[in-house]
Amino acid sequence: MSKTVDADFLALPLSAISDAAISTGTSGGASHVDIRIERTRTGYLQLRDAKPETQADDTTAGIGVRVIVNGAWGFASSPEISIDVAKKLAVTAVAMAKTSKPLSTDEISLVAEPVYANKTWVSKYEIDPFSVSDSEKKDRLASLSSKLLAAKGVNHASAHTMFVKEQKHYADSHGTSTTQQRVRMQTQIDAISVGSHGFESMRTLAQPAGFGWEWMRNDVYDWDSEIEKLPALLAEKVAAPSVTPGRYDLLIDPTNLWLTIHESIGHATELDRAIGYEANYAGTSFATVDKLGTLKYGSPLMNITGDRFTDHGLSTVGYDDEGVAGQEWDIVKDGILVGYQLDRRIAAHVNRDRSNGCAFADSPAHVPIQRMPNVSLKPNPAGPDLNAMIESIEDGIYILGDKSWSIDMQRYNFQFTGQQFHRIKNGKLAGQLKDVAYQATTTDFWGSMKVVGGPSTYVLGGAFNCGKGQPGQIAAVSHGCPAAIFDKVNVLNTVAEAGK
Amino acid sequence: MISPQDLIERITSAATTDDCVVVISEKTQANLRWANSTLTTNGVIAERSITVIAFIAVDGGMAAGSVTRTDINIGDIPTVLAEASAAAKASGAAEDFVPLAKSVVSGTWQDAHNPTGPEVFAKIAPDLGDMFARSVADKIELFGYAEHTNATTFVGSKGGLRLRYDLPVGRVEMTGKSHQRTRSTWDGIATRDFSNVKIANIDANIRERLNWQAKKIDLPAGRYDTIMPSGTVTDLFTYMMWSSAARAAHEGRSVFSKPGGGTRIGEKLSNVSMQLFSDPAYKEIASLECAPFVANASSGPFSSVFDNGQSVKRTDWLKNGELTSLIQTRSSAAATKLPYTPISDNLIMKVDNGTGSLSDLVKKVNHGLLLTTMWYIRMVDANTLLLTGLTRDGVYYVKDGEVQGATNNFRWNDSPVSVLSRVIHAGATEWTQAREWAGDIDRAAFPPLVIKDFNMSTVSPGS
Repeated sequence: MSKTVDADFLALPLSAISDAAISTGTSGGASHVDIRIERTRTGYLQLRDAKPETQADDTTAGIGVRVIVNGAWGFASSPEISIDVAKKLAVTAVAMAKTSKPLSTDEISLVAEPVYANKTWVSKYEIDPFSVSDSEKKDRLASLSSKLLAAKGVNHASAHTMFVKEQKHYADSHGTSTTQQRVRMQTQIDAISVGSHGFESMRTLAQPAGFGWEWMRNDVYDWDSEIEKLPALLAEKVAAPSVTPGRYDLLIDPTNLWLTIHESIGHATELDRAIGYEANYAGTSFATVDKLGTLKYGSPLMNITGDRFTDHGLSTVGYDDEGVAGQEWDIVKDGILVGYQLDRRIAAHVNRDRSNGCAFADSPAHVPIQRMPNVSLKPNPAGPDLNAMIESIEDGIYILGDKSWSIDMQRYNFQFTGQQFHRIKNGKLAGQLKDVAYQATTTDFWGSMKVVGGPSTYVLGGAFNCGKGQPGQIAAVSHGCPAAIFDKVNVLNTVAEAGK
Repeated sequence: MISPQDLIERITSAATTDDCVVVISEKTQANLRWANSTLTTNGVIAERSITVIAFIAVDGGMAAGSVTRTDINIGDIPTVLAEASAAAKASGAAEDFVPLAKSVVSGTWQDAHNPTGPEVFAKIAPDLGDMFARSVADKIELFGYAEHTNATTFVGSKGGLRLRYDLPVGRVEMTGKSHQRTRSTWDGIATRDFSNVKIANIDANIRERLNWQAKKIDLPAGRYDTIMPSGTVTDLFTYMMWSSAARAAHEGRSVFSKPGGGTRIGEKLSNVSMQLFSDPAYKEIASLECAPFVANASSGPFSSVFDNGQSVKRTDWLKNGELTSLIQTRSSAAATKLPYTPISDNLIMKVDNGTGSLSDLVKKVNHGLLLTTMWYIRMVDANTLLLTGLTRDGVYYVKDGEVQGATNNFRWNDSPVSVLSRVIHAGATEWTQAREWAGDIDRAAFPPLVIKDFNMSTVSPGS
């Protein structure tokens, strides 16, 4: 059954507030006015050894008004939602634009977008997590944690769940008006071993996604099965030999590869970064505009798309925060850089005809900036399954789950760890290793991708906490990918790196 | 909107639970952001966060549950209280229960929040515009951010807590790039009101560093004696503080755990007489003062809602190089049988006999690297607190006490706990601005340090 936007959000005088801001801003000399009326509710529950440690139920609501006056931006926001406040914000935003004009030598313009009047969009989910009692949520996490604590070798268990319902009304001075509601969930559970070996942990591989509470049932993700296997995996990791550093063929599971895609492709193909807008904070990109259409990003097996369509994608929307309809496009095709992520201002800056709909603000208090869509690696339609991929490797490591990540400010040099590292010898899994990190340069790494898995290996991974911008903003984003094999990647021993 | 004080009185009066704490954060902010020497975004922001925490006696102790909203009208109060009570009942007896403070008063309770606005930039905007113009003429591109925030925290309770604190905070960050962006440098200034921000000094610093990069010297990965500016030291040790929860150490889950059980408190961690401490009343360097009481909207490894209203005084984390405290709630203090040492909102490092500036430290190094900042600092191994990250916006080769030129960036892998024992030289402690953790650590004073054999793991082609 398709969901609708909650009645209590629709009961707000959304149109009257928007009209007041737009007419006030326009009267003040603005050539463009947009307004977002937002309400985001975030629930958080953390259990420590099956007992509640942290509980939060946080609703952020308010209005953000953005204007262009004489080619300069102005923005103002308030947590109070009313017609009077909307008018005051429009006045303040216009004043801010006029004040900032002397420092704005670059004339702001936006590419055109068709008008979408009175559109409504709701993400695909079944059970609003806020309709589920706090007790049921706690009991589910406590039950899974208790199973871990009852297992031999598990000394502690840590579990948390985070669930978000985001409601946005957007309107602009050109006539677009959209009202949207999205729901997303993330749950992670850690089993921890403490002993003479120090301490070690093993985390669930479940990926956050645009689901409701149904995601915590075993029919969407088999939590019970994964929890059952975790203690043995942890015990094997505790007893595992430390990796010998060197070059290995890596079979990277989608539960790990999504993060490598995020850091080395997702951020690198943000056009605002590529032209310098993030140079003081998040950084720039090696994938500069002059390389579009020629940069060999990776092997010919590499096909990357951006989209705001994917079912249950964390970046999936009907319309972005500038009123641009969701789209899908190529970013890397047959290994060559062919596309970027755009918002309306950046698209105009580089003389594009249209934005591909990547504007997002994480709160009414922040301006929309270009944020990441779902950026995904396409599976090979005729590609191998996981067993065939393992069988094809003579000497390598199979890496599952994400843990530590870091990449430089131009998205060249990265280093990742993971949750599980299984040695592969002569086409067979040969026990776990520990203390593994892999390190590479982006184009070398993707250039070494020699096998792309088939559709059976495909998983939609992602994160809630992608950071960008000043003041800092957080966005949720998904990355779908199959398993893939990379040739002779540099593997470090993290204990040796620590000088031990 | 209803005033925070009135809202607290109404909520705590209406609460029928055993106790009820309300934490309100009232925040106003103005910000400017620029790239390619032109303004890109700006904003005037007002934010409010109201957390209502219900405390209910249950079998086995006391339960706590909270609800946070940006706006609560008078008519919403019964609903919010009911939601907080329901959350408390669902949670059951809290592990971190200790009796709540009552009847504690601090600050000028009745005063209204003092909002900031774009006028705060009047002191720097003309000079910033001039710097933009001169930089364009000289083919230097500027990227940066200026922010000013006034934050007021109110804590009130049914049991008579009435605490209030005002905290202004701001910063200016500037990245300069030249020569088709093959040269890059950064400067950051912490401020409360922009009176200490001299754009001319930032301009001079940016230009000097870009000039240093005229000569390029390629260096391989390896271990180098490394000169870290005070902001870089702040970024490194802020991460260490985030791994300093006493309970985790006591349970064997931390770099500060002793093999066989217990914490490493009492262990000498530094080779020099180093002091690392937090002190809300610190006045030796202006502008580092912070709230002298606990205001927690939720419980966690570092915090407990039951500690709201407790006073925060100076805590020595390292004294004369020895680990003396880890971050405690009152509950974890009881469990670990150690003193209650809550986290504070500032962090200060001093090294005995540390004198001089970053430039003075350069003169003491015969063969090493001078960093500008670090970036993308993340945990690799919690057992050793091995961190990884990159150097950013200028690494310089220093020989015989002089900067020889710019070298390549590196990915580094090292541990701040290990770094403590490899201090070769220390400068004077100064009010400083973190880079990566700007906004997370706003009140910091650190010295520049020279660290022996810092592990530059690989060369990064990023610039």
